[in-house]
Amino acid sequence: MTVKLLAIGLAATLLAGSPGWAADGDPGRGEEIYQRCVACHTLAQNRVGPRHCGLFGRKAGTVPNYQYSAAMKRHGVTWNDETLDRFLENPLKTVPGTKMGYAGVKDGQERADLIAYLKQATADPKICR
Amino acid sequence: MPAIETTPRRSFLSGFGKITLSTTAIALLAGREHLALVGSASAQTANNDVAILNSALGAEQQAIAAYQLGAESGLLQKPVLDLAVQFQGHHKQHADVLAKAVQKLGGKPVTPLKDYSFAKDKLKSQNDVLAFAASLEKGAVSAYLGAVPILTDRDLAKAAASILGDEAMHWAVLRQALGQNPVPDAFVS
Repeated sequence: MTVKLLAIGLAATLLAGSPGWAADGDPGRGEEIYQRCVACHTLAQNRVGPRHCGLFGRKAGTVPNYQYSAAMKRHGVTWNDETLDRFLENPLKTVPGTKMGYAGVKDGQERADLIAYLKQATADPKICR
Repeated sequence: MPAIETTPRRSFLSGFGKITLSTTAIALLAGREHLALVGSASAQTANNDVAILNSALGAEQQAIAAYQLGAESGLLQKPVLDLAVQFQGHHKQHADVLAKAVQKLGGKPVTPLKDYSFAKDKLKSQNDVLAFAASLEKGAVSAYLGAVPILTDRDLAKAAASILGDEAMHWAVLRQALGQNPVPDAFVS
């Protein structure tokens, strides 16, 4: 019985990609989720992916000295809670041709947490000079 | 710093890695020309697979550079230094296979960055280097976890899962070396 309940819980968790943008994010939890990104991204430096400092309010595809895909340069959005939520849910579907070959963060609350962290950290003057 | 029993484990891992990657390489490189079709739905799925593999390749190249930095830092003592060099060798093998797969799909493999601008000033001890490497390995696990379900070619997904397993072993060994629980959770994310 316990195993069955656990299986149901796990399935529910895995399938819980919520539609739309969950407003209340926990930046502390978001910092943990950001550790999934560090193979390609850092806050302050361009690496495999572009730096995240200054992300909010920046037009997509415009970080200096980073070689974007043509698709991202054409994307044209300005990064905010909503545009990030959409992109992070499914990068390859939102921007076909993006270099970010990643399935996405399917859980809406996790995206909200990640966005809450990014909002804080990318504006932190100790990190982003 | 907990002692690391390297000799038997290293020999085992080294041999296992060679066998696994040889099999993987064969799977990756044999008969995938149909995915290089253009002007069809196959082209879009192949393009997605190229993007996914190139993301992974970029992360592997960064890991190679990070381990190089660690090995040259003078902060790593044997047997940790040997382990770092061994892990770097795995990443080189991953990168080689990924680059060949990208080419096989008709794509252009990404090239390593000239400068990764690693925060060298924050690496003052062996544990700092290990923690840095562990963070990249954990990130690599997540990157492959984000790649496996969306690779359209099953052989490529299998190869990515094989590499994911290797990255997870690296992460666990590094956590153990740092005195942390090597396997903190039942699931990775």
